[in-house]
Amino acid sequence: MELLMSDQAKGSRSNWLLAHVLVVFAFLYLPIAILILYSFNGEGVGGFPPHNLTFGWYRTLFSDSPIWDSVLNSLEVAFAAMGISLAFGIPAALALDRAQFPGKAVFRRLVLLPLILPGVITGLSLLMLFDLAAVRLSLVTIMLGHGTALISVATTEVFAGLQKLDRAQEEASLDLGANYWQTFWRVTVPNLRLPIIGAALLIFTLSMDEIAVSFFLIGRDNTLPLEIWGRLRRGITPEINAVSTIIFLFSLVAIVLWYRLRVKAEGSAEVGSELIESAA
Amino acid sequence: MFSRAYKFVVTAPPLIWVSIFLLLPYFLMLCYSFWAVSPSQTIVHSWNIDNYKELLTKGVYWETLLRSMWIAVRVTLFSLSLGYPMAYFLSFYAGRKKEILYQLVIIPLWVSYLVRAYAWKTILGSDGVLNTLLQYVHLTSHPLDFLLYSPFAVVLTLTHIYTPFTFLPVYAALEHVPRNLIEASHDLGASPAQTFWKIVFPLSLPGVVAGATFAFVLSLGDFLAPLLLGGPSGIMISNIVVSLFGAAYNWPLGAAISLGMLAIVISLLFFSERLEKKWSFS
Amino acid sequence: MNPSSATTTEAATPESAITKPTLLRIRNVAKSFGRNLVLRDISLNVAEGEFLTILGESGSGKTTLLRIVAGFESATSGELWMGKERLDSQSPYRRRVNTVFQNYALFPHLTVEENVAYGLRVAKRPPQEIQQRVAEALDKVKMTAHATKKPSKISGGQQQRVALARALVNRPELLLLDEPLSALDANLRRQMQVELKSLQREVGIAFLFVTHDQEEAMVMSDRIALLRSGELEQVATPRRIYSHPATAYVAQFIGYTNLLKGDVRDGIVRCGTLSWPTSLPNGPALFSLRPENIRIGGVDSPPSEVRVRGHLLQRAFHGATELIRVECSNGLVLTARTQSADSKTSELELAFSPEQAIPVRESPERS
Repeated sequence: MELLMSDQAKGSRSNWLLAHVLVVFAFLYLPIAILILYSFNGEGVGGFPPHNLTFGWYRTLFSDSPIWDSVLNSLEVAFAAMGISLAFGIPAALALDRAQFPGKAVFRRLVLLPLILPGVITGLSLLMLFDLAAVRLSLVTIMLGHGTALISVATTEVFAGLQKLDRAQEEASLDLGANYWQTFWRVTVPNLRLPIIGAALLIFTLSMDEIAVSFFLIGRDNTLPLEIWGRLRRGITPEINAVSTIIFLFSLVAIVLWYRLRVKAEGSAEVGSELIESAA
Repeated sequence: MFSRAYKFVVTAPPLIWVSIFLLLPYFLMLCYSFWAVSPSQTIVHSWNIDNYKELLTKGVYWETLLRSMWIAVRVTLFSLSLGYPMAYFLSFYAGRKKEILYQLVIIPLWVSYLVRAYAWKTILGSDGVLNTLLQYVHLTSHPLDFLLYSPFAVVLTLTHIYTPFTFLPVYAALEHVPRNLIEASHDLGASPAQTFWKIVFPLSLPGVVAGATFAFVLSLGDFLAPLLLGGPSGIMISNIVVSLFGAAYNWPLGAAISLGMLAIVISLLFFSERLEKKWSFS
Repeated sequence: MNPSSATTTEAATPESAITKPTLLRIRNVAKSFGRNLVLRDISLNVAEGEFLTILGESGSGKTTLLRIVAGFESATSGELWMGKERLDSQSPYRRRVNTVFQNYALFPHLTVEENVAYGLRVAKRPPQEIQQRVAEALDKVKMTAHATKKPSKISGGQQQRVALARALVNRPELLLLDEPLSALDANLRRQMQVELKSLQREVGIAFLFVTHDQEEAMVMSDRIALLRSGELEQVATPRRIYSHPATAYVAQFIGYTNLLKGDVRDGIVRCGTLSWPTSLPNGPALFSLRPENIRIGGVDSPPSEVRVRGHLLQRAFHGATELIRVECSNGLVLTARTQSADSKTSELELAFSPEQAIPVRESPERS
């Protein structure tokens, strides 16, 4: 609905706002655009204007085996994190929606805390746990770390989905003779398909990019962000631009997919804000 | 409708997991903060409050904390200034283009933090894109070195990261403002500007608080941007913690600082939650 | 259909020739949304101090018309005049018109008082004046005791009063009401109708009231403008619109009626086996006959009355009266209204006087 006002006033106000929006979009996208551009720059990362455009850095990237090892590691971690987060996040959402128990408010805040807590604290606290328990740091500890931190994402998304769920469907199922276990798999989960897939996608993406927690829990094997990080300490090369570009493209696909799924589930455009609102 | 067994099965596993992997670690962090580190770089489990004494008395910790807070405040203000008008535009002026524009805003949100911080690093350096561009068009004659390795670079990068984060809840809040309230305000004689300040803005405040809290807390505890772009003058509190767990091996002290940060964050969350409740009117 | 001199409006028909100055002139207003023609050529005058109801079904365009007057929509063609000024070129926040919205649209973050004071604050009136006028307005709607509460803490009926006070405190020249009573339950609704009517008399401001409820319109209005598919069917006082409906649609929309189809030849109209004298020209004719104008019995009916026999199909109990459906000997089904009686007779004789068969126009189908 457009607010009715004199055409003159409306025009100038919306022009200013439009200009602002364009400037902000430029601010958000230009750095990435420059990054991508310079991944083709033969002369390295700085300088202007770029010349000697080449695919050379991508070629270097493809023969760079430590990077690919780290990609594999990251994938392993991401899938494991997805598994853990969903395995505990879905029940947590159900518990918050349907059960009353002492300490429920504390539980809710505790589960959601890693969303807003700086990763440093989450990573450190887990490090101390593993240290005292004499657990050696490795990919497994990272999996545990990511999985735990991202339970919050699974819980929030599934909880939102539960609010939309028609309780009567589950009641009908029970009425027709199915027990809770059967009802869960035959009725509840299918109705939560979209939120669960959306959550999984998001968890995957976040895990692949995660640095703060991984930083403290890493053993011998690097995840992709940490591998890149290590290289940055040693010096900047456009090969990093190349791998960043590829990461960007994958993130793009993942996020657009997630958005489409959520709009299908929610039907509205205010997608994603519930994560921030439940955290803050 | 749900039996006790159901509720138990649903509640127990996450409760146990979260207790072990979230609650217990914080508790252990608390314990560590009361321990000490021996000269031979091992952790000694002797209970003392030296770490806290160190924190409270040594100036460097306070300075860094204050600098971190000041950076976080600026990041929050800038992100809000960028994000709010954008949310307003999308909600009230974008019409059918709303969906596409919304997607465009959230895409950078989820693109790798590292990638974006790295991008700024390459842009702001003395041989970076920005400096060479400025010299190329003869706006400057030598590289500006405050661009990188400074608090400026940290604030710039973090604003870049958190603007979409402030946009989201503000947009949601604005979308929820019933349009007939705006008509009613006009009907009663208020101009569009008056309507915004008296009706729309107050009703959007919970979104603003949520976004601001998120941006502030995460900027405060950020260690990556300062490490990549902050230089010696841009060190933030998390960097100190990280070094205490690395080269400057002193886990107990690091734990103490972390605990302090945790306390600050939790009190901020409580405060912002009360504010949001106070200002939410539906 | 619509008498309008340049400066005065007949607020009543020849029965009482009171004329009041015209406040609002709606001239040839049309509105389309894309391909959808919602209002076609509407011309209507609102007199100062009158209670005019725009009555119509959903989709008739009544809310759109109101919103055009308020300024939230602009007419595709046509003009609005208030006094000597053109209204439609003014933005809503400049018009001397206020609206009571269907869902009240109270500002949730302001108290009742602050809601009512809003228009005055925005106009930067002095604080003392604001305080006094707000207190007066709250008193008129009997909400003084709730002044410091927020809208979420008061009931629907109370919210409605606050919405009323908020609009009236600005002393507009015209008050628009968009189905303000539709969210209330039946009893509260009837109570509010009475209160609203007396409030309007008290403040003397012209009310332009929109509703789909014909009973409500009859009870409250000085005049009714019946809107169908974007066009005005009839504009008249409630009595007139009831006793002399202009079209078949009006006759059926308001109250109950019997529609009789007949053919006129040389001063006599024949409707099945019934006939009576008429001054209508030759050709087909349509008549509206209200149930209460049909008498049951017939032994001592004067010779000028039309008589017909029939047997009882159905009776519907309406409290003080009953509506009975009678199938007549010529196949015609008539509905008659009688005092409730527990009579068991199924064979009845009905009679009506020819003056009570009011000629009405056809109402053509409209998209």
